[in-house]
Amino acid sequence: MAPTFSIGKFIKYFILVFFAIIFLMPIYVIIVTSLKPLDEVSLANMWTLPTAIDFSSYAEAFSNLAPNFMNSIYLVVPATLLSALLGAMNGYVLSKWKFKGSDIIFTFILFGMFIPYQSILIPLIQFLRTIDLYNTIPGLILVHVVYGLPITTLMFRNFYANIPDSMIESAKIDGANFLGIFRHIIIPLSITGFVVVAIWQFTNIWNEFLFAVTITTSDQQPVMVALQNLSGSQIVQWNVQMAGALLAALPTLLVYIFLGKYFVRGLLAGSVKG
Amino acid sequence: MAKEVQLKSKKRITKDHWTAIAFLIPSFILILVFVYGFIGWTGYVSVSNYNSLIPDFSFAGLKNYIYLFNDFRFQADLRNTLFFTILFIGLVIVIGMGLAILIDQKLKGEAIFRNIFLFPMALSFIVTGVVWQWLLNPSTGFNQFLSVFGIQPKWYTDTNILAGFEWGSIEFGLPVAIIAVVIAAVWQMTGFSLAMYLAGLRGIPDELREAARMDGASEFQVYRKVVLPMLMPITMSVIIIMAHISLKIFDLIYAMTGSGANFVTDVPGVYMFETTFRGNYYANGAAIAIIMLLLVAVFIVPYLWNSRKGEQ
Repeated sequence: MAPTFSIGKFIKYFILVFFAIIFLMPIYVIIVTSLKPLDEVSLANMWTLPTAIDFSSYAEAFSNLAPNFMNSIYLVVPATLLSALLGAMNGYVLSKWKFKGSDIIFTFILFGMFIPYQSILIPLIQFLRTIDLYNTIPGLILVHVVYGLPITTLMFRNFYANIPDSMIESAKIDGANFLGIFRHIIIPLSITGFVVVAIWQFTNIWNEFLFAVTITTSDQQPVMVALQNLSGSQIVQWNVQMAGALLAALPTLLVYIFLGKYFVRGLLAGSVKG
Repeated sequence: MAKEVQLKSKKRITKDHWTAIAFLIPSFILILVFVYGFIGWTGYVSVSNYNSLIPDFSFAGLKNYIYLFNDFRFQADLRNTLFFTILFIGLVIVIGMGLAILIDQKLKGEAIFRNIFLFPMALSFIVTGVVWQWLLNPSTGFNQFLSVFGIQPKWYTDTNILAGFEWGSIEFGLPVAIIAVVIAAVWQMTGFSLAMYLAGLRGIPDELREAARMDGASEFQVYRKVVLPMLMPITMSVIIIMAHISLKIFDLIYAMTGSGANFVTDVPGVYMFETTFRGNYYANGAAIAIIMLLLVAVFIVPYLWNSRKGEQ
């Protein structure tokens, strides 16, 4: 009995380690290539370690991406906060103040989460031009707040469904009204909810590309568009592209490393129907 | 007195309900305009003659749709989307579920494995595309290992169509180049299904598996007869979520391969972007977008319908 058990265990570890290596290979290539000096970057020695560590590709990638990196920050912070706040308001109403038709309204909002954004892009750009927000960061913030509403509403609605109705009922008996309950009971209980939603929105908006590339041009562009331009240009060396990819991915990677638990909770909250 | 209190509270509840509805109104209007209104507007553009920089909203009937379905590029896009979707969903489910079952075995280091498989979820499709473009470049990357075995796949530069036959104006079959894009997409999204399956597995009480073992079921049978059926709802959710990601995919392909020779890696999302914003064929772009929306709706509407009914 004992030997077969350990063979089974060995096979399990073997498969896990095999996949782990494959999953880590891209990261290995990014790090190794980005630390190589220019003369060591060639197609033939992609996998070899650099002979000396050289940060010049980071310096070059940084000077290329820094302005766009800041654009992404100006975009992500307000868009995340606003969409989380609106999501909390909607989630509160749709879970604790249900009325006739509120479930239909929820589904009506939720549908917006699944649409291909190509199907609203042409009118959206005409609209943004009309209100003078085309090619601006505030325009992009507006877009991400609006199209973030379905997912933040869903997450908060699921989150608030776990707060017992009896708490709301007893607060009502104590004379608290709609806003009072929201401010004094719901918000204090929502800290985790806000963290989960904020991390989810931060990651999604930081990584988003279609809106970014169609709504903004050159100096207004967020970092992902700048990275794509960097890799698309023939004159930029491959080590700089890799350094750029790592710089652009760093904020979301750090969030994942330090707050991964909440990231996964967001992933589950947004996918498992509530 | 008692009556008065009751009346008062009743009155307040209605007032509170009005406040609640007022809370919802801004979001409701935004969604109404930005989602439904704009879809309607796109639909209107898609049946117009607006195919240049000068807006021309004269009615064109289904002209743009007929053009697309006869178009070599769009036919290739539909073929590519079909094979991409099937391979992508299949692999994300099989690998995600397999790794979740292995991680759920209470082996040492499970947290490390889980974190390794999940981290690509935090990256953008653009980063994934930029990196995998080099890893699957035929003259470097993985081919340096594969040269030991004497095989040198051409990955996304391959223009072959497997098991191809004439269909419309294209060769229908599996475009070999799409496999390279599927690999990159699976690398990025497997963490999603893994996390969902892990949550599902943790929700299955141990007693159930114990009981099956007591009845003499082998470990394999326990999974096939007890665990797998209980994971069915999760598999359904994974299929829906992956299908809608796959049908609207744009950034990964745009960053990694572009349309490819003979459009072997082109998809509707890329075509829509290029024809609308690079070519100014607004009506054609709108028609592509409406077709994409309809494809997604085939999956999403029944899903939303069911989850609403499930709640009642």
